[in-house]
This record gives sequence, C-alpha cells and structure tokens, in this order.
Amino acid sequence: MFEIGLSHYLTVAAILFTIGVFGIFLNRKNLIVILMSIELILLSVNINFVAFSSYLGDLVGQVFTMFVLTVAAAEAGIGLAILVAFFRNRGSIAVEDINAMKG
Amino acid sequence: MYTAAIFLPLLGAALAGLIAFFRPEDEQKKHSWDLAAQLVSCSGLLLSAALSIWIFFEVPNGGNAHTVHLMTWISSGTFEASWALKFDTLTAVMMIVVTGVSSMVHVYSVGYMHHDSSVPRFMAYLSLFTFFMLMLITASNLVQLFFGWEGVGVASYLLIGFWYKKPSACSAAIKAFLVNRVGDFGFALGIFAVYMIFGTVQFDEIFAAAEAKKDLSFIIFGGEFHALTAACLLLFIGAMGKSAQLGLHTWLPDAMEGPTPVSALIHAATMVTAGVFMVARMSPLFEYSDTALTVVTIVGACTAFFAATVGCVQNDIKRVIAYSTCSQLGYMFFALGVSAYSAGIFHLMTHGFFKALLFLGAGSVIHAMSDEQDMRKMGGLWKHIKVTYILMFIGSWALIGLPPFAGYFSKDIILEAAYGAHTTVGMFAFWLGVGAAMLTAFYSTRLLIMTFHGKPRGDEVVMAHVHESPPIMLLPLLPLAAGAMLAGYLGYENFVGHNASLFWDKALLILDSHQALENAHHVPAWVKYSPLVVGVIGIGAAIVMYGMAPSLPKGLANAFPGVYRFLDKKWYFDELYDLVFVRPAFYLGRGFWKAGDGQLIDGVGPDGIAAATMGAAKRAAKLQTGYLYHGAFAMAIGVMFLVSWYMLTH
Repeated sequence: MFEIGLSHYLTVAAILFTIGVFGIFLNRKNLIVILMSIELILLSVNINFVAFSSYLGDLVGQVFTMFVLTVAAAEAGIGLAILVAFFRNRGSIAVEDINAMKG
Repeated sequence: MYTAAIFLPLLGAALAGLIAFFRPEDEQKKHSWDLAAQLVSCSGLLLSAALSIWIFFEVPNGGNAHTVHLMTWISSGTFEASWALKFDTLTAVMMIVVTGVSSMVHVYSVGYMHHDSSVPRFMAYLSLFTFFMLMLITASNLVQLFFGWEGVGVASYLLIGFWYKKPSACSAAIKAFLVNRVGDFGFALGIFAVYMIFGTVQFDEIFAAAEAKKDLSFIIFGGEFHALTAACLLLFIGAMGKSAQLGLHTWLPDAMEGPTPVSALIHAATMVTAGVFMVARMSPLFEYSDTALTVVTIVGACTAFFAATVGCVQNDIKRVIAYSTCSQLGYMFFALGVSAYSAGIFHLMTHGFFKALLFLGAGSVIHAMSDEQDMRKMGGLWKHIKVTYILMFIGSWALIGLPPFAGYFSKDIILEAAYGAHTTVGMFAFWLGVGAAMLTAFYSTRLLIMTFHGKPRGDEVVMAHVHESPPIMLLPLLPLAAGAMLAGYLGYENFVGHNASLFWDKALLILDSHQALENAHHVPAWVKYSPLVVGVIGIGAAIVMYGMAPSLPKGLANAFPGVYRFLDKKWYFDELYDLVFVRPAFYLGRGFWKAGDGQLIDGVGPDGIAAATMGAAKRAAKLQTGYLYHGAFAMAIGVMFLVSWYMLTH
C-alpha cells in the first residue's frame, strides 16, 4: 500500500478541472450542464487550496476555500435565475440555439 | 507707331470680345451693339493696315530695319526670351499682306455675317487672329514666334468651329487642331534643337552664329547627325503642319467648314503662309543644310502637284479653292527649297491677294446662292452677279498666271528659279510645278465655267433669289482685285529683280553657292514660256470639257473609274490616316479604358481593395459563431498559449 500524498490530491483536482473544461467545450445539450461544469472547476480549485493548505500548514488556503464556496453558491443562484429568465424568453436552453451573437 | 500697328487689332479684339459678353438679348439693342463691335474691330484693323503701309515704305530698301524691345518675357539662367518686335523687310511685306487682307476681310464680314446671331464674337476672333499673326511675323525670337504660332492655331480652331452647333464644323476644328499639333511638336523640338546648338533663341544671335556652327553634329541614339540639318528638318515639320504640306495637309480642306471670310483670311492668305514665312525667316539656318533644302523642295513640289490633281475633281467651290491654296503653298515651298526665298515670299504676297479675292468672291457667290456651295447646282450666274463674276475672273486669271496679273510674275519666277537651280531636285520641282500650273489653269477655268456659265442648274427658288452682294461686301474686293492685278508687276523689280538685294537687305540670307534666283533671269526661252503655254492648254481643256461638251467629264470619269475615284478620294489620305492613326488610337484608347483603367486600376484599386476588405470581413465574421463554448475554447487556448510562452521563455 502506498500513502496518499499531495500529488494524489492535485491529480484529482486536475482531473476534475479537465472534466469541467471539457464539460463546457463539448457540451451541446443544455446550459445547466455548463453551470455544473463551472461548479466542478471551482471545486477542483478548492481541492487545490485545501491540499496545499494542509501540506504547508497554512490556514489561509482553507479560509479562501470558504470564500470560493460562497461566491460559487451566489454564482450558481444568479446563473440559474438567468437561465430561468432566458428559458421564459426563448423557450429553449439548448446550447445550440444560443447564438444571438453570431456574426 | 510701330507698336500701335501690332496692338490695335488686340485692342479691337478685346473691345469686341467685351461687347460679345455684355450684349443685351433685346433684338433692337442687339443690333446697335453688333454695330459697335464691327466698328471698333474694323477701325482697329484699318488703322493698323494704314500703319503697315507706312511701315512698308519706311523699313525696306536697307533703310530702317530695327527691333522694338517691349519687355523681358522669360529670363532663366542663360535662357532669355523677350517681347520684342522685329521690323525688317520680311516683316514689312508680311504685315502688308496680313493687315491688308485682314482689314478687307473685316469689312467684308460686316456684310457677310449680317444674318448671324453672334457678330461680336466673330469680329473679336478675327481681330484676335490678326493680332497673333502680327505677333508671329514680328517675333524677334523663336519662343515669341511660337507664341504667335500657337495663337493663330487657337484662333483658327475657334473660327473653324465658329458655327459650333454644326457637328461637322466641330470635328473639322478638332481635326485642324490635332493635325497642327503634329507639326507643332516638330516645331517645338526644332526650337529645342536650335537652343541646344546656339544656346539662345534670339534670331539675331542665331543668325550671327550660324556660319560658325555649320559643321557641328549631334549624336542621337548612336547615330551622328548634322546639327543644323536636324534642327531645320524639325522646324520644317512645324511649317508643314501649319502650311498644309503633303502629309499634314488633311486639315485644310476640312477647315472650309468655317465661315467663308475665315477661309479667305486664315486658310488662304495669312495663317497657312506662316510656315513659308518661318522657313524664310530661318533662311540663315536652312542655307547651311543642303539636305533640309532638298527635303523642302521635294515636299513642296509634291504638294503643288498632288493638291492640283485633287482640285480638278472637287465639286464644292470652297474645296476647289482650298486645294488650290494647298498647291500654291507647295509652289512657295519649293521656291524656298531652291534658295529663292524672295520668290517664295513674292508669291506669298501675290497669292495672299488673289486667293483672298477668290475666296471672298466665292463667299459672294455662296451668299447669292443662299448658302449653296456645290458647283453642280450653280451655273449661269454671270448674268445675275456681274461684279462678282468680274472679280472672280480677275482672281482666277491671277491664279492661273496669265500676264499681266500678279500670279504670272510670281509663279513664273518660282518655276524659273527651280529650273535655274540646275540640280536634280530643282528639275523635279520644275516639272511637277509646270504640271501643276496646267492643272491650276484647268481647275480654275472649270470653277469659273461651272459656276458662272452654262445652263442654271440650281432649283428655281434659289435661282429666283440670286442677287448681287451689297456694296459692303463688294468694296473690300476692289483693293484685293487691284492687288491681284498689279502686285506682281509693281513688286517684281523689288522682290526678285535688280533691286532685290537692296530691298531685302539682311532679312534673307542666300549663300553664294545657291544661285537659283540669279540663274532664273537667264533661263532658256522655252522655260520662260512653258508655264504660259501649259496654262493656255489647261484653260483650253477646261473650256472643251465643261463649256463645249459637258458630257465629256462624265465620260472620262466612267472610262477611268480607278483614276477618278483615286482623285475624288484625295489620294486616300484621309482613309490611310484613318487606318494607320485614328483606328489604332481608338483601339489603344479602348484598350486603356477597358483593360487599363477599368480592369487594372479600378479592379485592383478602389474596387479591389473594397472587395478584399469585404472578403476578409466576411471570413472574420464567420469566426463569430455566437456559441459560448467557442468563445470559451478560444479563451482557454489563449491562456494556455500565454502560459506556455511564459514558461518557455523564463
């Protein structure tokens, strides 16, 4: 058996981050998935913060995690509110339909 | 006094021009304004003519040749050109012709242009022309000569196109202008060449230095050319254009689109003789170049003969006289070419009188026939317009060269001088000249018979209206008729006879090796009488063909259709030029327009840049898909790129 160390945490965080990014790029279905992906990215960052905080014995990282969680919660709330308003206006939240900025 | 003679016509032109601008539209007032314009321009010219006569008695005979300096025109480095009036015998003779004919034409125009609606404009142009012509003949340097030269060109253009509502008049005016450009280009190059050789354009200095430079040569494009020959030939190209010599003559017959007084003044008596004058003026240069003189002789002789042949088949009364002018100018040139400058100028003077008389007489005929110019529709007019008939008769006799009229003296001395040159080209010119003399007699008689004799061929309305011209149109013809009768007899001794060297003083230079004029007085008898004999033959032939057997000309034309068509089409010169110059120019112009301007400049320039911008913008717009994830992807890639770049460089 081997001991679980910093690098494992960072690996998990990187995997989560990558999944989040791909969730944004490759997602063709609907906007909620994008919001979730953003959430995933933020969480991967949080894991980084906490991992380094523990590794370095510095509490600042964990404090920052709290801030990030707060902001993420607010962001998710506002994002979902916009999404609902958008759905009411356009009748769809499929990513493919959202191209009003097309040149 | 000398200056006034030159500038009075300009004053008249300016005043008449002002009147033309400010004339009221009202019919009644208009007439009195017209009268004022006629008055100022005519009186200016008559005064100028009177002064010219005074100058003519003052200057020649070695008395009073001098230069009146007015002001400096151009002074740049070593280049000096001034406004100065040079008065010597040559100028004095030319002034008599120019102001004499011009003043008569002015007076005549008062009657002839009576019905026209823009009289002041016409009078202003006429006076302006006269001023430029006087500027040309009094020039003391080549640049001033060029100023007058171009000035008469402009005036000629304005007057040919005077009836600018007629398309044919407009195109004739443009044709005259363009053909003259060709000659003027040569003339300008000639001036440059003279400046290159002598370092000055002042006549006096050029002539003084001519002998010293006679062996100089240019090296152009690797070939070596005799400098004076090159300069003289270039100057002669200018003279050919202005004087309608073979090759550049095509504009002259078309110039007959202008009002008849214009034809008489510009295209018979004065402007077209400017080339003759210029060559005579430059005689100190031409004398040192035998090649140039040979070219002048050959071109002159060919023109004399060519134009005479064409004149025989024309049916427009003015065109017959126009070709006759062309032919007579040819005579003058080959006289110059054999170094008989004074004979050329002598013929210039007599020709000025009788040709102006013929043209104005033709104008009187046209006036009588209600603007009909086709001789085939005339005939039998002599009973109705006796005075015009007599005047035309005098003019034609002088042109044919029957004694004792003017042409007899001047044409004969030219032919004798050509014979007296004792050179091959001299003999060539002599025989062509004799041939042309016969043709001259033929077409002049033909003109008289077709116009005045035989059965009236005009329709009844026109014939019933035939009337003699008013006195104001006939009076000016009398001095011209007097000139046509007497100028030859009176001028002979002074111009080409025993008194000549004293008369001309230093105005003309003839080297001792060129003795054509001296020899002309000692030619065999058959040479002396041949012009007269062929003249009588020509007259006889014309009387037989047009007086006695009117069916003969038609029969001849049918028997030799090729020859007839060749002559009728004026040796196909217009067609040739159309093919060689006009059409290629059109194609070239079209090519430049469609391919060069349309496709290349517009296509690559404005249109091309616009199209390229549009295309680029379209492609850039395609990047904007509007999908969020595309934007995010680009952002992520960008961040990645920046980070890796940062990592790699540090």
